[in-house]
Amino acid sequence: MSDEMKERIKAIAASVAFLGLFLLAWNVFVTAQNGPAADMDPELAALLGPQAKGQSALPTPGEVGAEIWSHVTNPFYDAGPNDKGIGIQLAYSIARVLTGFGLAALIAIPLGFLIGMSRLAERALNPYIQLLKPVSPLAWMPLALYTIKDSEISSIFVIFICSIWPMLLNTIFGVASVRRDYLNVARTLEVTPLRTAFRVILPAAAPTILTGMRISIGIAWLVIVAAEMLVGGTGIGYFVWNEWNNLSITGVISAIFFIGLVGMVLDLILGQAARLVAYAE
Amino acid sequence: MDARKKILKIEGLERRFPAPDGKGETQVFGDLWFDVKEGEFVCLIGHSGCGKTTLLNIMAGLDKASGGHVLADGFNVEKPALDRAVIFQGHALMPWMTALGNIDFAVASRWPGWSRDERRAQCQKFIDLVHLTGSEDKKPAQLSGGMKQRVGIARALAIEPKILLMDEPFSALDALTRGSLQDELLGIVAARNQTSFMITHDIDEAILLADRIVLMTNGPEARVCEIVENTLPKGRNRSDMHTHPNYYPMRNHLIEFLVNRSKSFKQELAARSYDPKSPPTVRPGAPSDRPNKVAS
Repeated sequence: MSDEMKERIKAIAASVAFLGLFLLAWNVFVTAQNGPAADMDPELAALLGPQAKGQSALPTPGEVGAEIWSHVTNPFYDAGPNDKGIGIQLAYSIARVLTGFGLAALIAIPLGFLIGMSRLAERALNPYIQLLKPVSPLAWMPLALYTIKDSEISSIFVIFICSIWPMLLNTIFGVASVRRDYLNVARTLEVTPLRTAFRVILPAAAPTILTGMRISIGIAWLVIVAAEMLVGGTGIGYFVWNEWNNLSITGVISAIFFIGLVGMVLDLILGQAARLVAYAE
Repeated sequence: MDARKKILKIEGLERRFPAPDGKGETQVFGDLWFDVKEGEFVCLIGHSGCGKTTLLNIMAGLDKASGGHVLADGFNVEKPALDRAVIFQGHALMPWMTALGNIDFAVASRWPGWSRDERRAQCQKFIDLVHLTGSEDKKPAQLSGGMKQRVGIARALAIEPKILLMDEPFSALDALTRGSLQDELLGIVAARNQTSFMITHDIDEAILLADRIVLMTNGPEARVCEIVENTLPKGRNRSDMHTHPNYYPMRNHLIEFLVNRSKSFKQELAARSYDPKSPPTVRPGAPSDRPNKVAS
């Protein structure tokens, strides 16, 4: 067995051990809060749920595990507006993120390309980009709701506005810092500007552009949860808020798990795409 | 007189840059006059800072002159063109393309109408010429420094340029690799009768490769000090070049220039007449009674 394999097995063992310790500590913490059952009206006790029986409102790892498993086995059920499977809610959120992100990419990459090729445009537009970039995307929400008057499109707009900046800035930077040598080679070969853009500048800047896209999709996935909490209706953000209103901490924790999982997958996909365009100097 | 056509003419070329303190301009070089004849190999020697790379960039059309002009095959050079290929100091290969891809990019630019097979055949011919057969599909990062510059040479030659311009193409390589690449370049250039202009600061490289060597004084306000005709006969090679009686006169003349005269050229000028339009031609080691200019 190679040293590399040994190292990997050690890392996996440590991961599993860490998870086991964490779940154990969680379980101990929750069960330690259990006290004697309160003496109260059985109807009130039924409403209060575990707390009436002297149990903590926090679920044990086993309860969360069962909840996650029930979502995994039945992700797409639809029992009315307030009771949809987590698969449906995640699908709504992913669709919004991909739409907003896709529109932002369609605008940011060509626009960043043009700005990056011109020192003048870069200098002229940089102050506005720097001003708008740090604005929390949710601050745009009231403006979007007022002008667009459609909560669905408004949340897509918020995703659009938050994912445009990293892609725009990285595209500008990537295009502006293409090595002079490569451009000189293209010039001495009398390559047309369009061919230079696609065969030289785009591949040279692609890793930087992909990094921007990766940052953007991460931010978009962060923002969609908050946007959907605000707008309501459907989506994983709404799901979390709904579980909170139901006082289902189990539901909230399992939703956190799924949000993390989807975010990780989105990042992995763009990470793979980045590997495709990477090059060693 | 050498009856060959002057394919590259430098006439009164000058380049100024804004001075570092922001006031006025500094002349890097000026009043440069020399030429390169068809099939000839000319080297330009000078210290760093005399504007060698700037000069080559102007010849390539990548940079603009502040005064004077460059004529390539009778036409004023204003922008880069496919009849002048450049081998860059850093190989300047596109790292995302394979060796073949880099050469093909040039070939497709030169002959946009060619089919894939025609381009492939042209690329292969030049890959074989620089002994890179078998490395076609490697990316530059997988190639050694010498192999990268071979791809650079193949890319420049594959477009079959009238003039090959080289900016210290071997300066980043170790001595052994540099030697073998010089030998190969010499063979290729001689076999193809390729008109070539190379910038270097390596004296032995100049003696081995060049038919004539242009000596450039130190900047700012660099000038062509003189033009040295190589008195070693054609068919030079590195293994026995140094046994020729003219080798040491050539070498000493060039070292003397680089070490002393390149700095003190202005004082030297005060003591003798100098016409920048035809800088003196010298032939180190040649019998002194022979005239300066002889048919080669």
